[in-house]
Amino acid sequence: MNIRTQISMVFHLDKCIGCHTCSIACKNLWTDRKGAEYMWWNNVETKPGTGYPTKWEEQSEYKGGWEIKGDMLKPKMNGRWNRLLNIFSSPPLPTIDDYYEPWTYRYEDLFNAPEGDDQPTARPISLITGESINIEAGPNWDDDLSGSTIYARNDPNLENLTELEREQLNELERLVFFYIPRMCNHCLNPACVATCPSGAIYKRGEDGIVLIDQKKCRGWRMCVSGCPYKKSYYNWNTGKSEKCILCFPRLETGQVPACMHSCVGRIRYLGVMLYDADKIENSAKVSDNKLVDTQLDMILDPFDEKVITAAKTQGIHDEVIISAQNSPTYKFVKQWKVALPLHPEFRTLPMLFYVPPLSPIIAKMEGGKFDVVNADSTAQTDHLRLFHSLTDSRVPIKYLASLFSAGDTSKIDHIYKKLIAVRLCMRSITVGDVAQDDLKKTFEMGNTNAEEAVMIYRLTSLPSIDERFVIPPMYREEAIESFENVYDYKSSAGFGFVQKAERRL
Amino acid sequence: MTNSFLFIAFPYLSVTIAVIFTVYRFTADRYSYSSYSSQFLENKELFWGSVPWHYGIIIILLLHIFAIIIPGAYRWLLAGSRIELFESIGLGLAFLSFVGLIILAVRRLSDSKVTAVSFATDWLLLFLFLFQVGSGIYIALTYRWGSLWYLNTIVPWIWSLFSFTPDSSYVVILPMIVKLHILNAFFLIAILPFTRLVHIISAPIPYLWRPYQIARWYK
Ligand code: HEM
Ligand code: SF4
Ligand code: SF4
Repeated sequence: MNIRTQISMVFHLDKCIGCHTCSIACKNLWTDRKGAEYMWWNNVETKPGTGYPTKWEEQSEYKGGWEIKGDMLKPKMNGRWNRLLNIFSSPPLPTIDDYYEPWTYRYEDLFNAPEGDDQPTARPISLITGESINIEAGPNWDDDLSGSTIYARNDPNLENLTELEREQLNELERLVFFYIPRMCNHCLNPACVATCPSGAIYKRGEDGIVLIDQKKCRGWRMCVSGCPYKKSYYNWNTGKSEKCILCFPRLETGQVPACMHSCVGRIRYLGVMLYDADKIENSAKVSDNKLVDTQLDMILDPFDEKVITAAKTQGIHDEVIISAQNSPTYKFVKQWKVALPLHPEFRTLPMLFYVPPLSPIIAKMEGGKFDVVNADSTAQTDHLRLFHSLTDSRVPIKYLASLFSAGDTSKIDHIYKKLIAVRLCMRSITVGDVAQDDLKKTFEMGNTNAEEAVMIYRLTSLPSIDERFVIPPMYREEAIESFENVYDYKSSAGFGFVQKAERRL
Repeated sequence: MTNSFLFIAFPYLSVTIAVIFTVYRFTADRYSYSSYSSQFLENKELFWGSVPWHYGIIIILLLHIFAIIIPGAYRWLLAGSRIELFESIGLGLAFLSFVGLIILAVRRLSDSKVTAVSFATDWLLLFLFLFQVGSGIYIALTYRWGSLWYLNTIVPWIWSLFSFTPDSSYVVILPMIVKLHILNAFFLIAILPFTRLVHIISAPIPYLWRPYQIARWYK
């Protein structure tokens, strides 16, 4: 057992209101610079939709992630020789048009325009060339589907749905969507690291944060293609790639990452998990329908005495183990099993998990009674009917399965049943109109019990900031102090990076 | 006097500049080492420019170096009728890289996004390489069997420089255009550390054997 620590995240999609506060917090802090304007290390997508960059999930084009060739796990972009032979112009690289060309407006025209009959306008100009442009796409161009069916219809996840299911999804008056906020998943088997020819991308051993060493990056731009989530970006101004740094300067000082701290819906959870690094390759090598299980299998129980002693002998600090025990992500992902990774079939073992949204179910008013369409009429009470209508929920389960479980609908089904059980349990406590028999059956179907349901409810609805974010102490300052004389740097510009981040020669 | 400056002092000077400033740039400003790829802004023309250019120039450059390092083996390659095949391949590669260069230059001029990220050194490099490859093709076509007399003139001259017994007499007899080809080559070497050409030194060969995953511990 080779125990490592990994900072992991859970996003509870039922709570996301699609406000983009997270993206703005990140932008203000990290990417409001020349060459990075188009980057959204954190972005929020409307689903179904094509996302950012357009159709990023279409790996037949972008070649991100891993695939099994024979009995080998290989980057989908192919092996090492192939990378080097294609380095001069890399075929699967997305271009700026797949994101959008950043622009501003010629605001001074509003003040300097000579007097005339028309109102002066501020023309949009490209931030790259400085010339006038016609804006064809922008950040969140397809937000809320932009009142169009184009974005939803082109969603790659609809591939496995039948014509009928697709129609169901698209039929305008029933058109339904939800949001998925996305950022770097700080994967356990990151494809960005594997495809970087310079070896500039690495995973920090202490916390699993994946970073690009700006001094080692040579602009070969392979990571941009390699990452199946398109969360590594090429800075066209500096000639280096950049990605989410999980706000490590904030984490190291005990602060919550900016996107998570600012999240209005409070959908975000962060905590540390212990995992067995020996299992990485084999876990990513199993068939699609086993991927989620093997990934959960790698995550170790921080309460298990054996794990604790092994962790301690491998130099993991006591306090880190305690934060692993208090980690909200461990609860959602491993203990309650209500959160799933996004597109596990990309095989990067992403460590950002999503609680799938319980989308509204289809119901209609009949004879003054609100009735669930197609509900199983043998169910005795309305409450139980909720379960039977699952298959008719407005976002087809198959669609969610293609997002979160490599197509395995039973995984989504289990989670839905548990989440409905939580709701009925709370209803029985607060309203008191659920028959005990029904409640029992509910718990059986949801594979849960009253105690767990209340815990899930509490961490979903009422958590304090300390419960949502359990940041392990990182001890990096101590580690650095033991190797370097930090007082040498006192009153200077920080550790190391004093040159301007721009092209010079 | 001029000759000994151009064919003795200048080569030494240019290699010295290249070594010192490449090392200096690598230690003082490693961040600035990059290919400065512009594929993200334009990727269609780039393919037709960059791929032929690199495949052509890298092989030709390696052959030039190969002749210097192992003249014996190089001589064997040229023996008998093989020279014709060898020269046609060489010429083909030269044309390949020349066409690639022209496409790269046109692209840099015509695509406003690529123009916007172009530095003076990018234009200079394109210009110098156009001259270098162009003069190479001209020499190949007008002074037949350059691959052979290269071996008997420039190679011993380079060896004389290497062994610190410089002897410019090997090259002073060569035609003007060949001299310019040589001088431009050493000029390119001299400016290497001040341009994006440093990307040649960072060619990521170790990628072929390093493990896919990398983790770094502070301790
Ligand atoms: C040794 C391996 C080499 C690798 C891996 C390599 C890679 C690259 C890459 C990735 C680019 C950027 C292309 C883009 O815009 O996306 C580039 C540009 C360039 N390379 Fe290389 N290169 C190599 C060798 C060379 C050599 C030997 C030369 C010339 C002697 C050279 C001359 C150039 C020039 C002039 C450009 C700029 C092209 C332009 O104007 O857009 N490279 N190279
Ligand atoms: S999400 Fe992409 S960039 Fe982030 S670690 Fe995974 S492969 Fe790398
Ligand atoms: S801030 Fe929170 S609620 Fe708002 S879009 Fe981002 S994740 Fe969703």
